[in-house]
Amino acid sequence: MIPISLIQSTAETLMDKAAIDIPDDYLTGLKRAAETEDGDLSSFVLKAMLDNYEAAKEDRRAMCGDTGVPRWFVKMGNEASVEGGMCALETALRRATATATNGVPLRPNRVHPLWRTDHNNNVGIGAPEIEYGFEPEGDWIDLITVHKGGLFGTDYRMLFPSDGIQGIKRFYLDSLMAFGKRGLACQPAIIGIGLGGSKDICMTLGKRASVLRTVGSRNSDPRIAEMEEEFKELGNSIGMGAMGFVGKNMVVQCNIEVGYCHTGGMPMSVHAFCLSSRRAVARLWPDGRVEYRTDPDWFTPYQRRETVDWEPMHEAAE
Amino acid sequence: MSPREIRLSTTPTDEDIAKLRLGDIVYLDGLMYTAREGVYMRALEEKANIPMELPSQSAANFHCSPAARINADGSFDMGAVTATASFRFAKWLPEWMEKTGARLIIGKGGMTSKDYKSYFVPNGAIYLSTVGYGTGALLGRGVENVEAVHWNEELGLAQAMWVIKCNKMGPFIVASDLNGDCLFERENAKIAQNIERVYEGTKPAVLKRYGESDDRSDEVI
Repeated sequence: MIPISLIQSTAETLMDKAAIDIPDDYLTGLKRAAETEDGDLSSFVLKAMLDNYEAAKEDRRAMCGDTGVPRWFVKMGNEASVEGGMCALETALRRATATATNGVPLRPNRVHPLWRTDHNNNVGIGAPEIEYGFEPEGDWIDLITVHKGGLFGTDYRMLFPSDGIQGIKRFYLDSLMAFGKRGLACQPAIIGIGLGGSKDICMTLGKRASVLRTVGSRNSDPRIAEMEEEFKELGNSIGMGAMGFVGKNMVVQCNIEVGYCHTGGMPMSVHAFCLSSRRAVARLWPDGRVEYRTDPDWFTPYQRRETVDWEPMHEAAE
Repeated sequence: MSPREIRLSTTPTDEDIAKLRLGDIVYLDGLMYTAREGVYMRALEEKANIPMELPSQSAANFHCSPAARINADGSFDMGAVTATASFRFAKWLPEWMEKTGARLIIGKGGMTSKDYKSYFVPNGAIYLSTVGYGTGALLGRGVENVEAVHWNEELGLAQAMWVIKCNKMGPFIVASDLNGDCLFERENAKIAQNIERVYEGTKPAVLKRYGESDDRSDEVI
């Protein structure tokens, strides 16, 4: 059983790491972008961003003043259990969110949509979001926090099979053009595309593609992996760089995730995970071990399973 | 060619402002205050008295909510500082400028050249954009002191009026000038020449949306 005190203290550390330390995969991607960039203003911006990550690390202060909307993804091995049960876990994550908001400090971004009530701690109705995933083996639990910006760079559209790949490209470009101008999307970004699912899951897939996959990762379907590379090039050929200035770096990485959808439709979502791609991950074991990393490793073969039975489970049952 | 770097007071003279060119990099010294929708509504719609002497103390309005806390002893800790998108505040800015004499509007993404020409230029004001927009830690280093937080009880930490003493705070980019020209629109126009080529072969969506534009040189703000 994983101690609840360990969950809360680890969650607090994760909040701090996410807000302050840029993940290595994104940093490497941005350094590569900075090397190739030749627009004078966009080059200046990328250089300032690289200085900013250093300043954040040195001073232990948040890398961006808009610290986004903190949220949690919890992945559990099939044999994992939590002291006090899942409601205790949710309380610990809410408490860690509130504590870290005051501690780091983070900006208390979360307010009631109508009454604009602000508890000054990023906790409220439905906030932080806590989402779950499971894996067939293991007694561990992965805590993943993501602090994504919340206002610009995301869009959804119901496309149809007759729209085809050229329709997908059009909506992708439209999203980059709309939110890339003036740099509203805070690019160069990790662009996540969700294809399929029902409407809400389409958004979820695209969001997870942007925040739960790293720079350099590839979809396990080779044809989708090819699309990812092609879409990255397409985005970077617009001629728009950081802040919407002339440049050649808009997309650090393009990740595509799919889910089965209604036979008549092809819903699509586009998400931009910004210059402050804040994510931090820890794996916790019942014996008290904690390992920190920055790759959520969310999209395992089990998460992308296509058939009724999961073979390894099936074999185990026999 | 790397851009020019300039230090600027938050109570600048006419000459200081006239010298600035689109794309210059600016570092600020002096007092700056944050004001966004909460402060604008309270000061302009609810007619509350603004708790500062403006513009003599500061002519620099930052569209920002800091990542900060107020300690139990009343002192402040400010970590990172980043701007929020300014186009949403166009509704209040003309009256705000007239009332407070703000000359430097600092934020994310700028306004339209129409905004600049109609009320920035007549007030002798220009727009400074933050860089990135994520240089929160660098800007945080330029905060020498938090002088006061006004209207925290009424508006909450994120919407309160923070008064910040800047010491070489930056970088910021000059995004409008006394001509009313707009840096972002200049860049958009350069990029627009390439749009047709990038879109070549793509198809408009089968299902349309009301109010949809197919003109990619348009903006959404």
